[in-house]
Amino acid sequence: MTKILAVDDSSSMRQMVSFTLKSAGYDVDDAADGQQALKLAQGKQYDVVISDVNMPVMDGITLVKNLRQLPAYKFTPILMLTTESAGDKKSEGKQAGATGWIVKPFNPDQLVATVQKVLG
Amino acid sequence: MSIDLSQFHQVFFEESFDGLEVMEQNLLGLTPESSDPEVINTIFRAAHSIKGGSATFHFTSVAEFTHILETLLDEMRNGERAVTTPMVDLLLQSVDCLRNMLSKLQDDQLVEHADYAELEAALKKAIDNDGDHESVNQQASDLTSKEAPSTAGLESDASAQHSEDSAWLITFIPEPQILQTGNEPIRMFRELNLLGEIKVVSQILKLPTLAEMDETLCYSQWMIGLFAEVDESAIREVFEWVDDECELKLEALTEEQVNARLSGEAFTEEALSEPERANAPSPIDEKIVDKNAKASVQSTSASPSKPQSNSNTDLQVRDKSEVKDPNQANKSAPVATGGSSIRVSIDKVDSLINLVGELVITQSMLGQMGEDFNITKLERLKEGLIQLEQNTRELQESVMQIRMLPISFVFNRFPRMIRDLSSRLNKKVELEIFGENTELDKTVMEQIGDPLVHLVRNSLDHGIETPDKRAAAGKSETGKVQLNAFHQGGNIVIEIIDDGAGINRERVLNKAIERGLVSEQQELSDEDVYQLVFEPGFSTAESISDVSGRGVGMDVVKKNIQSLGGSVEVRSEPGLGSTFTIRLPLTLAILDGQLIRVGNQIYVVPLTSIVESLQIKTHEVVSITGSFDVYKLRDDHVPILRLYETFEVKPDFTDYNDTVLVVVEVGGKKVGFMVDELLAQQQVVIKSLETNFISIEGISGATILGDGKVALILDILGMLNRLNKQKSSSKGIAA
Amino acid sequence: MSELLEIENDSLPIEIEYNEDQVHENLGAEYLGFDLQGETYCVDILSVKEIRGWTEPTALPNSPKYVKGIINIRGDIVPILDIRDRYGMKHKDYNKTTVIMILNVQEEKKSRVMGIVVDAVNDVLNIKPEEIKEAPKSGHKLNDENIEGLYNNKDKVYVILSVTSLLDLADIKKHYSKQFSTEFSE
Repeated sequence: MTKILAVDDSSSMRQMVSFTLKSAGYDVDDAADGQQALKLAQGKQYDVVISDVNMPVMDGITLVKNLRQLPAYKFTPILMLTTESAGDKKSEGKQAGATGWIVKPFNPDQLVATVQKVLG
Repeated sequence: MSIDLSQFHQVFFEESFDGLEVMEQNLLGLTPESSDPEVINTIFRAAHSIKGGSATFHFTSVAEFTHILETLLDEMRNGERAVTTPMVDLLLQSVDCLRNMLSKLQDDQLVEHADYAELEAALKKAIDNDGDHESVNQQASDLTSKEAPSTAGLESDASAQHSEDSAWLITFIPEPQILQTGNEPIRMFRELNLLGEIKVVSQILKLPTLAEMDETLCYSQWMIGLFAEVDESAIREVFEWVDDECELKLEALTEEQVNARLSGEAFTEEALSEPERANAPSPIDEKIVDKNAKASVQSTSASPSKPQSNSNTDLQVRDKSEVKDPNQANKSAPVATGGSSIRVSIDKVDSLINLVGELVITQSMLGQMGEDFNITKLERLKEGLIQLEQNTRELQESVMQIRMLPISFVFNRFPRMIRDLSSRLNKKVELEIFGENTELDKTVMEQIGDPLVHLVRNSLDHGIETPDKRAAAGKSETGKVQLNAFHQGGNIVIEIIDDGAGINRERVLNKAIERGLVSEQQELSDEDVYQLVFEPGFSTAESISDVSGRGVGMDVVKKNIQSLGGSVEVRSEPGLGSTFTIRLPLTLAILDGQLIRVGNQIYVVPLTSIVESLQIKTHEVVSITGSFDVYKLRDDHVPILRLYETFEVKPDFTDYNDTVLVVVEVGGKKVGFMVDELLAQQQVVIKSLETNFISIEGISGATILGDGKVALILDILGMLNRLNKQKSSSKGIAA
Repeated sequence: MSELLEIENDSLPIEIEYNEDQVHENLGAEYLGFDLQGETYCVDILSVKEIRGWTEPTALPNSPKYVKGIINIRGDIVPILDIRDRYGMKHKDYNKTTVIMILNVQEEKKSRVMGIVVDAVNDVLNIKPEEIKEAPKSGHKLNDENIEGLYNNKDKVYVILSVTSLLDLADIKKHYSKQFSTEFSE
């Protein structure tokens, strides 16, 4: 089963993302900050990582950079959840190595569609 | 698929309220002199979270308003904006406003623009005053108009022909590192395939030798024919993520032209054969594409991949919008998310699990013993029962711990309150908090909040003097209010101490006499006089400030505290200050009780209310007006209640010589219960009578004794009321 | 089908489980019948929680005569009423064969549990709405407002009772407020 890692410091967002993707048939783990996520990613191979940008302890951009350093995650699709409509956060994410982004607010269907896009 | 988002609302509200707390606490510590960037960042993140969540869950007014806050905070954390006191105040007010809005939403009420219009205007003004920032309105509208990912800048080619056979020729030349961002060309081809039929032709123009080849790089480029009538923007959207790491050229042509171009392209020796008109992107030579890429690439080449999971219809020409299925009209009814919740530390839960484990062991041991029991096992049985008692006791304590939360949840609102209030009253006040980690029952805490607020307000309003008065009295200009919480016995004690002017005994006494609450001749201790401030309608404030002094507060405070099973005491020293001491039971559900027997009925008397139990002699009892009796206990005259009469039970004895008198006290008043026998003392679980019946005055509930029988728990205050009614009605008769 | 359910006290308490599908299939509702002073009554079976033998309740002081007291059912405090005493029928002493029917009363916001003393429980009846006959307003001793209708089953007439009405607390509340306002003022 496809494994997804969802990272967001907001509990309600984590729940929503988790529930939505599980309902779509995926296996989902979640973390509340980048550091937790990194630890989880090292213990288990995820097929997709979805992460918020603004988080305590380790933010999303740093998480992406760190994930790309791990051999197992060199090519894994990593999607950033961003509310910034301005371009700089998006390009910062890309520069760090993110695959793409999903703009908040998004509805559950958009989330699933985007995940399906990268997974195929 | 339609997901009902309302199931997440409750969590969102809770975490947003937490977030607002965080914002408030941190804002309180933010001054122009000490503005730690990390603190500002924390505040920003909290606002950012609320904005994201509120937008996701369609609370647009909250999202709009928070967005403005976020903009301000972002500037502050970037150093683009200085931290000023008026700004902090504005932000604090915004936090209040948000709290209000979220509360309304949580209660299913509508939020109107008027609710936040004023602050919104003030905030916008603050932002625009610095001229060179993008106007807030622009950003806000960006927010609300967002739906699907927006397209990148358009480079329009020759305008597309909108004829039957219009098609697109897409030239896609990715940079070699494209795979390292997890962007596989296959994905983009699949997405294009959703728009219409595609034909893909790859080109390898720059393939290095095998020795030099880096498997993490992509050496291919592609030409894709898309046979569909779509907008250019739809195509660009597919490549949005890789916009900056590829070269993309779009040409609007006819089908014929596209086909011609595709077949005319130069191939290398390893190039593919003419791609079939399959539903999937055509197989791509494995050797060319990066081997380390995910398995999906290989699976594609193995067999024509199945159509997209949400496509049951013909793939020929499909609108991109089908991917985002509009939510169906028939939503299921929202899940009820009523009821509050508690956050419990995982340690408490673990300890609970351990204790239950031990209980299970004890139970199985006793069970085994019961299998074929004989008298020789009696000792072991006794040991087992002791073990059981210990397990249950530990389990009970552990479970009660779960409902216990630190009082800091309540104390936290006071720094803010004192700050606001002291500036409003033009007084200087410093707040000290001790024992904020002291734990108490969640329900008790929820109900003690308002009384505490009122008492603190009272201290500030009537207790602490203005800086001039204080200076004149030789005190420091800044007054001090201290909140203190600690455990004592089975209670939690909360003290509110101020170093103000103290309570004016004379004034209080005079007012009380004026109101007929006490007579001039009555001998009253200082404590008694101070307690008078809790009488209804009592206020000695010379001018009624709008903060307190309307005289409706203190009696409600005392009533609330008493309804929680607690008490409040006052101590005061003129010129030096006052101390209000609140005592509350640690939990509402369990009571230490004294079992008593009247006839064949057993009742429970709250242990904390018992002053003394004694055997008396008939000649020590005095009859008043012939209808009720009084016993002289040292300095007190204690009226006696014959419980068998009150409860219509047949007693063993009716003579004082043969019975026991249990003297209880509540609110300073004593009464003696005449009972047949004192039984054991034990902890009882309070069960409400109102669940299945109605409340009865004098009975606070029922409990189940060890033998399974039900015993009633006496409510002393209620019993006193019944006694008073008895007194007054008998007075009426005697008169 | 219409045999008296033999209930031995050893087998009590019996918890009622109902098969919801059955209810819909037969297009009728199920009722539980019981005997009281030689007459047969029945109540909606969905409101019957349990049938118990007699346990001495703990008296509730100053309560109306027909409120016998409260008993403990697995940790819940359940009040017990005696219908005979309430409606002026001849009092029957309680013994090993006495049966208490524990009923669920649904009110707008909450539900209550109360027990009534009956002589014996008899059949489970399936009654279709069209089979319910209107009761004559002849002042039944159980009070007309408690009666939902009549049902003929072979030779017996069952009086269908409304649990919500029967176990309404209004009278009890009135009794108590009268009690406490004029306490000891005879």
